[in-house]
Amino acid sequence: MIVAIASGKGGTGKTTVALNLALSVGRRVRILDCDVEAPNVRLFIDAETVHREEVGIPVPLVDSAACNQCGECSRLCQYNALAVLGSSVMVFPELCHGCGGCARVCPEGAIREVPRSIGVVEEARMGDLYLVQGRLNVGEALVPPLIRAVRARPGDEDIVVIDAPPGTSCSMIAAVRGCDFVVLVTEPTPFGLNDLMLAVKTVRAVGIPFSVVINRAGSGDGRVHEYCAAEGIEILLEIPDDRRVAEAYARGLPLVESVPELQPLFATLASRIEAETSFPEIGGRENGRTDACA
Amino acid sequence: MKVVVTSTGESLNSLVDQRFGRAAAFVMVDTGSGEITSEDNAAGVDAAQGAGVQAAERVARLGAARLITGHCGPKAFRTLVAAGIEVYTGATGTIGEAVEQLEAGELTRMTGPDRAGHWG
Amino acid sequence: MAAPMPAPEGLSEALPVVEAQATRARARELVVVSGKGGTGKTSVVASFAVLAGNTVVADCDVDAADLHLVLEPRIVETERFSSGHDAVIRQSDCDGCGLCEVVCRFDAVVATTGATPFIIDPLACEGCGVCVELCPIRAIDFNERICGEWFSSHTRTGPMVHARLGIAAENSGKLVSLVRTKAAETAAHEGRGVILTDGPPGIGCPVIAAITGATGVLIVTEPTVSGAHDMERVLELADHFGIPVATCVNRWDINPEGADDIENRARNHDAAIVGRIRYDAAVTRAQVEGRTVVELGGAAADDIRAVWERVQRWMEVST
Repeated sequence: MIVAIASGKGGTGKTTVALNLALSVGRRVRILDCDVEAPNVRLFIDAETVHREEVGIPVPLVDSAACNQCGECSRLCQYNALAVLGSSVMVFPELCHGCGGCARVCPEGAIREVPRSIGVVEEARMGDLYLVQGRLNVGEALVPPLIRAVRARPGDEDIVVIDAPPGTSCSMIAAVRGCDFVVLVTEPTPFGLNDLMLAVKTVRAVGIPFSVVINRAGSGDGRVHEYCAAEGIEILLEIPDDRRVAEAYARGLPLVESVPELQPLFATLASRIEAETSFPEIGGRENGRTDACA
Repeated sequence: MKVVVTSTGESLNSLVDQRFGRAAAFVMVDTGSGEITSEDNAAGVDAAQGAGVQAAERVARLGAARLITGHCGPKAFRTLVAAGIEVYTGATGTIGEAVEQLEAGELTRMTGPDRAGHWG
Repeated sequence: MAAPMPAPEGLSEALPVVEAQATRARARELVVVSGKGGTGKTSVVASFAVLAGNTVVADCDVDAADLHLVLEPRIVETERFSSGHDAVIRQSDCDGCGLCEVVCRFDAVVATTGATPFIIDPLACEGCGVCVELCPIRAIDFNERICGEWFSSHTRTGPMVHARLGIAAENSGKLVSLVRTKAAETAAHEGRGVILTDGPPGIGCPVIAAITGATGVLIVTEPTVSGAHDMERVLELADHFGIPVATCVNRWDINPEGADDIENRARNHDAAIVGRIRYDAAVTRAQVEGRTVVELGGAAADDIRAVWERVQRWMEVST
């Protein structure tokens, strides 16, 4: 079972839900921190690093002796990463998206690809919990390839929990694509509702079943509940707006340890999600897994 | 000598466009023969990234020896230098007036980019 | 585009408002970011807009824009925004050779069991054009991708430029750049001296697009382990671009030690410290009522006013 924890709005509690869910499943679980611009899962656990590798994307290296300045590479490049001038070819690796087109299209075979580092993937273990996190290099513009690298790391755990980046753009899609289920975390405020609606639209477009978790329940108003009811969206869990929860989070302590009465809530969340993904016809009401391009 | 000016339109009477990568158009004046050519820069205006690089490449392809513009970012500047093109700034008014200002020695030669790149 | 100014005598064309006005001083721009999402930056920007007076507001959190919920903009102008392309297989011409699937680096070409052997998932297609180029029978179309809209509006605090990025759209920062450019044009056109920019979370492309060329960056963060960690990453980013940074801790009394830690980190990076804002239930209440915190009043409102005073002094002296 692969479940992604996502949210339109930042700061609603994705990491809190992802981590505490993973700590509550009671068996070996892998957690993927795909919020590679600001990976935070590691801050809450005392895990031992077992692996680290740099992630690069392939960028062009031009053999100027073989190049005849025909300009085909630059013509094809959608990202203006190559500039063919009278006597030389300039490459701007930071603009390159790694599509490989220039190397394929060069009639002289003058372009080969070399890796350019965009970040690192780090793996760490704490008991039954195995963490894979991506950390983007500061100043780096390209995010999705690093997320894909995190997701591609091999593993054999039955349960995978993904902490997705906030928002609904290409980075979030790279994190949730191909999952069995998405949990959208929100807060009962106008900003929370606004961004939840965007996230719902996105997850429906991707065609993955989903449900909602409300964090800081009781802190705002009832519009999120009304929206979910109107849309037939199930609310799997409500985390109370409790100062102890905020303080534990502020100090970097997992909730299920510092506010133990919440532990059963997360255990229940885990079994409800497993039920949704085992019996898709009976489970989550939002089960519109559609053909990807319909 | 061929001089390219970033322009808001495609005629000698068009006003100088102070942007480089996302200039509306390029007007090239051959100061020897008096010939004028121009190209619109819809592709540059539209580019998500690398607009300056693309523009520099175009100016080089046009065979320009000198470029008159307002501002230039780091990648564009590097490309222009590699192509051996001298970059001048400080022009005001129309394209025709800008070329006159260049020939009268009134413009400033740029020795480096004066704008942060959008992507660093 | 903003309306062009009338052409002065002797010139045959109207002056585009942007940058051709070499004599007009550029407006100063304060970009407010957070690193981590949810620290309260949008609420703070909304209050600043009310306090400031002579501003243009730019909402550059285009992926999940919220500022409009509080500032209630009346939209005056809308334009669609396109960026990049989508590759689409012309199924009537496709012969199922599968070369597109082989060359796609982004797993966007999907083999199907239906009548069409391959389809391109628009959510995964990055618009690189390789399949379009290499398809042996040129059966793939390469269409411009409309991925959002931007808006020019009026609010009770002054002009506002904002945008909406479509779902799954490439968050390249191009729309962010566009919003900032339009805000600068509006500031020049309407003689406003300050641009207040609500920035996106994170440190990637959109944040880079939001901060390059800014006069100053204000980081609004929270006294949490995550907040501190992410604040340092965005601080490094601002340093990388040589932009002066100020920091402010929101909801600081949730964890005073955390607030001290953040201010220490700020000092280590030579970033200015412009104050702290207390936790206050009025912040959420204001949001629910569609008003800014300073319009409602209370402890956080007082603190935000004090922070704004210090930000203004900092902008004058240090940027």
